Amino acid sequence: MIDKLFFNFTRASALLILIIVAWVFTVLFNHSLEAMNTLGLDFITHDEWAPNLDKFGAYAAILGSIISTTLAMMLAVPVAIGVAIFLSEIAHDKIKGFFGISIELLAAIPSVIYGMWGLFFFVPIIRDIFGGLGIGLLAAGIVLAIMILPFMAAVTRDAMNTTPDILKESAYALGGTQWDVIKDIIIPYAKAGIIGSLILALGRAIGETMAVTFVMGNVHKVPGSILDPTTSIPVTLANEFSEADSSLYFSSLFGLALTLLIMSFVVIAVAKFYFLRKARRA
Amino acid sequence: MTAVQKRVFINKIALALSTLSALIALGFLFWILGVLVMKGVGALNWNIFIFEGAPPGNPESGLKHALVGQAILIGMATAIGVPLGILAGTYLSEYGKNSKLAHTIRDISDIMMSAPSIVIGAFVYAVVVMPMGHFSAWAGAIALGIIMIPVILRTTDDMLQLVPGELREAAFALGAPKYKVILSVVYRGAKAGILTGVLLGIARVGGETAPLLFTSFNDNFFTTDLNEAMPSLTVTIFNYATSPYEDWQQLGWAAAFILSMFILGLNILGRVILFAGKKRK
Repeated sequence: MIDKLFFNFTRASALLILIIVAWVFTVLFNHSLEAMNTLGLDFITHDEWAPNLDKFGAYAAILGSIISTTLAMMLAVPVAIGVAIFLSEIAHDKIKGFFGISIELLAAIPSVIYGMWGLFFFVPIIRDIFGGLGIGLLAAGIVLAIMILPFMAAVTRDAMNTTPDILKESAYALGGTQWDVIKDIIIPYAKAGIIGSLILALGRAIGETMAVTFVMGNVHKVPGSILDPTTSIPVTLANEFSEADSSLYFSSLFGLALTLLIMSFVVIAVAKFYFLRKARRA
Repeated sequence: MTAVQKRVFINKIALALSTLSALIALGFLFWILGVLVMKGVGALNWNIFIFEGAPPGNPESGLKHALVGQAILIGMATAIGVPLGILAGTYLSEYGKNSKLAHTIRDISDIMMSAPSIVIGAFVYAVVVMPMGHFSAWAGAIALGIIMIPVILRTTDDMLQLVPGELREAAFALGAPKYKVILSVVYRGAKAGILTGVLLGIARVGGETAPLLFTSFNDNFFTTDLNEAMPSLTVTIFNYATSPYEDWQQLGWAAAFILSMFILGLNILGRVILFAGKKRK
């Protein structure tokens, strides 16, 4: 009796995960129907976002999301790979332990703090160097890059560490330098895992809200340069959700949320089920 | 330059670049931590714990409202997320095992763990805030609870699987029904691991801001009414930091410092418990 009850309790809790995910998709879809029906494709191809005129074109927000994450990836990937190589191949055990743990702890610091730091300390630097407001795509890209760096470096290091020692030792025995071993043994061996880790970090970066909300500017305009303030999907949601006043406005915001969820779901699924699963099987 | 010299030279450059990138990363991260400690400690004083929010310029302003609100929200989220996460993890490890359903649940839950938290906020807005007609602590706690479930599920699943099968068999041989085996043998064996999972889950949602923006919203005053908007440290940081008032920004730094120490503390505690548990075995 109790046995059966306990089993059903645990199974119901496990199924609840699937139900919640399906529910999230359905709710977001239903609420964005009005926007989809009224605005059609204009929703993603137009860049005019004027709530007072009932015009909702999310092109600028979608573009802002793509550019800011691309920028962050371009800055973070080389450094993260460097850090991962340093942690898995160069550093002595003592430094490795200390440095490795601090990287993991830094990955746990709330993103709102990275955003606050960016606003007060990094934006003025950009303003001094490039002029203008300082707030904009470049600031968002850099703060985002710094924020995902610890996570990215930690998972990339884990992927590199899966290379069996015996392979590395064989290469050293043949007279390989450390760099030879890294580029001809570790990187080819752990390729799928490394790519998977980087894409997983990308998936997190797309949906990251607080780190960029401070420094993006929330201006619905296609930026002329990376120094211009613009917006992104999460920034728009964070700034406007509690202010929306018409049902079409709400529906457009739900449409944005659905777009964001699908984008990150696809990216994370590709990372996890294509690359990381391949890496585990290898 | 001979071929060997060339390789050694390239090796040196590559290693130097890698070390340099490690230094750059460390430099930025310590810069952020340094700023946080300097600004945060500078802004700390007893008033913060005694007074609630006040209009800018009022010296009798503090963070009591946000601290209590944060504790209430986290407490409620834990009450929602921990039991569901542990039960679901138990199903995966003890009943579902390698079945197709169990793998599907693991995969979906893994994706959920990295999914944008602001989207969960939008979802809760639609299913809780809209029907209620106003922001509430309930909505915020539900959003955080949903985000917490996958974290707890994953660690519980992993940790229960570490408990050796012989222990279960021994208990079964004594005639114990399965639920009894799970409750008094498997859970006991994985106690440290589950506790670590719970701490990391709390740390994870403790720093979440985005899903609270339009669920529990914010309030500048002390409240314990769960049916009303509830202040939280994270949203308070956001509002104070983006305000033009110097003294609010100071409070924002103090809040940022307290929040970070809380979350780093939980992370460290979780690791220590796991490490101590491993050592004993």
